[in-house]
Amino acid sequence: MIIIHLQKIFKREEKFLYIPNFSFPRELPYAIINTKNIPGFWEREKVVFVIKKKMIAMLLAGGQGSRLGVLTAKVAKPAVAFGGKYRIIDFPLSNCVNSGVDTVGVLTQYRPLRLNTHIGIGIPWDLDKRSGGVTVLPPYEKSKDSEWYTGTANAIYQNLEYMESYHPDYVLILSGDHIYKMDYEEMLECHRQNKADVTIASMPVPWEEASRFGVVVTDKNRRITAFEEKPENPRSNLASMGIYIFSWNVLKEALVTLAEVPSCDFGKHIIPYCFEKTGDLYTYEFNGYWKDVGTLSSYWEANMGLVDLVPEFNLYEEFWKIYTKADSLPPQYMAPGARAERAIIGEGSCVYGSIYHSVVGSNVTVGEGSSISDSILMQGVKIGKNVRIHKAIIAENTIIDDNTVLGHGQFAESLLDKRVYSSELVTIDEDSYIPAGVSIGKNTAISGKTEPEDYPGGRLQDGGYIIKAGGKV
Amino acid sequence: MRILGMILAGGNSKKMRELTSRRATAAMPVAGSYRAIDFALSSMVNSQIGKVAVITQYSSRSLNEHLSSSKWWDFGRKQGGLFVFTPTITNSNRDWYRGTADALAQNLNFLRDSHEPYVAIAAGDGVYRLDYNKVLEYHIAKDSDITVICKEMPAGADVSRFGVVELEDDDQIRGFEEKPASTELNTVSCGIYLIRRRLLISLLEECVEMDWYDFVRDILIRQKNSRKIYAYKMQGYWANISTAEAYFDSNMDFLRPEVREAFFYSYPEILTKVEDNPPAKYNPGSNVTNSLVASGAIINGNVQNSVVFQNAFIGNNCRIRNSILLNNVYIGDNCVIENCVVESQMVIPSGTEFRGGDKEVRIITE
Repeated sequence: MIIIHLQKIFKREEKFLYIPNFSFPRELPYAIINTKNIPGFWEREKVVFVIKKKMIAMLLAGGQGSRLGVLTAKVAKPAVAFGGKYRIIDFPLSNCVNSGVDTVGVLTQYRPLRLNTHIGIGIPWDLDKRSGGVTVLPPYEKSKDSEWYTGTANAIYQNLEYMESYHPDYVLILSGDHIYKMDYEEMLECHRQNKADVTIASMPVPWEEASRFGVVVTDKNRRITAFEEKPENPRSNLASMGIYIFSWNVLKEALVTLAEVPSCDFGKHIIPYCFEKTGDLYTYEFNGYWKDVGTLSSYWEANMGLVDLVPEFNLYEEFWKIYTKADSLPPQYMAPGARAERAIIGEGSCVYGSIYHSVVGSNVTVGEGSSISDSILMQGVKIGKNVRIHKAIIAENTIIDDNTVLGHGQFAESLLDKRVYSSELVTIDEDSYIPAGVSIGKNTAISGKTEPEDYPGGRLQDGGYIIKAGGKV
Repeated sequence: MRILGMILAGGNSKKMRELTSRRATAAMPVAGSYRAIDFALSSMVNSQIGKVAVITQYSSRSLNEHLSSSKWWDFGRKQGGLFVFTPTITNSNRDWYRGTADALAQNLNFLRDSHEPYVAIAAGDGVYRLDYNKVLEYHIAKDSDITVICKEMPAGADVSRFGVVELEDDDQIRGFEEKPASTELNTVSCGIYLIRRRLLISLLEECVEMDWYDFVRDILIRQKNSRKIYAYKMQGYWANISTAEAYFDSNMDFLRPEVREAFFYSYPEILTKVEDNPPAKYNPGSNVTNSLVASGAIINGNVQNSVVFQNAFIGNNCRIRNSILLNNVYIGDNCVIENCVVESQMVIPSGTEFRGGDKEVRIITE
């Protein structure tokens, strides 16, 4: 069925024209409807164009990502910097463009400012299009009731109108917290060949690790026969990647049917519903690099993977480029006496000290005599002179004053949150300040402009934390 | 929106040797991330000049590619924007641009159809920052007809490749000397002019009538007694890159902290086409000192006092010293390169040695 806004075309009383049983001509991105051929419609001949997209993407970017601790205190997880100049959301967005998906709805909710500025009208990804392109979809007020996005599927349900306006055949559901390069077109081909209702992307993981994931059990045709969430004795090693392709009518039917389910979620409600109803669920096996960056240690590991001699995830290939919003920046300057080995360093940075095995963003300054190792410095970070930093994640525009030592000590259980902080990493929030001469232990968290008084004896103990007023955990 | 910009980017210089066999001087890569024309363009954009015409002629492919999207300079507006003019054949004209004045004269209709009261004319081969609002203030205060942007060179500097001006006490220009063999004067013209649009149109119309083609010879020198021509002395860094040596030196100047401070870390920034390159990568064995490294570069060897442009690759155990590696250069293992400019896209096989002289820079092309 198709619905056409009539008011724009004819000055008629009825607002909409409903054409039941309408089907789009195969493989055309639009339909031409001659109103003369519609029974019961007596208006003078008029040709109407209706835009149609084969597949549109819905990118879930509203979550906080609380396991990234202070890194997501002020920004949503998809907006967290990654790999020197990117943000996490650049990866699914670039995948969309490179796969020929030119209509992307980005669902935002938690702290969307940074995300909104980053996406803008989609220019860096060529998503500033006359039809389609990128649309940021925040929760909105309705005439009767208003609610936040209460779950992943609920968020999609609240944007049925957006999806309907493109008359898609398929809808791709993505989340904004994975690092990977994937051709969604190939996945769609698989979906079509199987005549599936839903296709779930999955990747083989080592058998001994399979019990940490949600796995899909399939028959020999890749048809899903069972789901297992963190099974003790897994029957399959295909881990679900949280990427789904739905046939549009299947998705719509499921969303409408389950509309009243509280906190409606894809994994918990929609997929089981579709599985029970028709069972035409297939999996698309993906064999490339895919990394969840949902925890501090996995985020750190994924960044560190980029500096390997030949990284498993290679940003330097001409094919399948990753795009991001970038400013006009000067080249970086390596001073006499500077040293960088096994590192990637962003534009406009000035290095006077040494950097080993680290990921450094744009416009970072590392002062004379300072030494950075195994760390992530996001854009605009300023490191003073004679600073020692080992295993730290330092968020944007933080200033570390002279003669400080970060990441010195032994691992100790976090006093702030054992679930979030469970590695040796020093994690520092954006726009923070670390005064000169202090020493900071391992597995610590700092947020805000700290003063020397915050460090008893000039030291923040292992596992300790400082969250200043205005800072949030 | 009181000034209209015209950038003369059609030129080529034999003194650039092999470097401009591929592109116009205005499209030369400068300082790791930029092209020469970015400095002229950014100075205009940062002075709120919203309408700029770039006049190209010689080998303009690379330049057009650079200017292909005007969004980097915040152009692409409904009012104003960026225009690129190449010579066209019309009923009345079948010629290329025969000189700077002719290039402007062939685009007289653009000048006539604009409404900005002033026109800034700039060459595309200078490295500088200029606030045209200050120039305009000066122009009005002096009640000047034509203002020529000049730079005082240090005493004893070689000015033989520039136009030299002789000034009155109040900076009015008394004499011009193009490329003097020997002179006592040390104030040179930067090839940047500010002039009232209506005056420019009438001067150009006269040029057309008289078959005059050159802006300096046929407008400035002919008019210097009948019009008030003033020199505006530019403060700060200025370099013209139109010889191979000057190009090399100007790039090397960016290794000096005061030059970097002026161009890289001051507001407003120099704008350029944004490339989607990943960050630069330093592999085990790399040792880079006193050098500029642009995005996308991958470094395995030693680099000293050099400028490494975008996406350059440097192999293991290489020794790069006092050199400029342009975009997309690939250098194999165990290479030695000293005092050279390596042309973009060059592939240098492993074990090669290139050494230029201290005085004469060597250019490596195919």
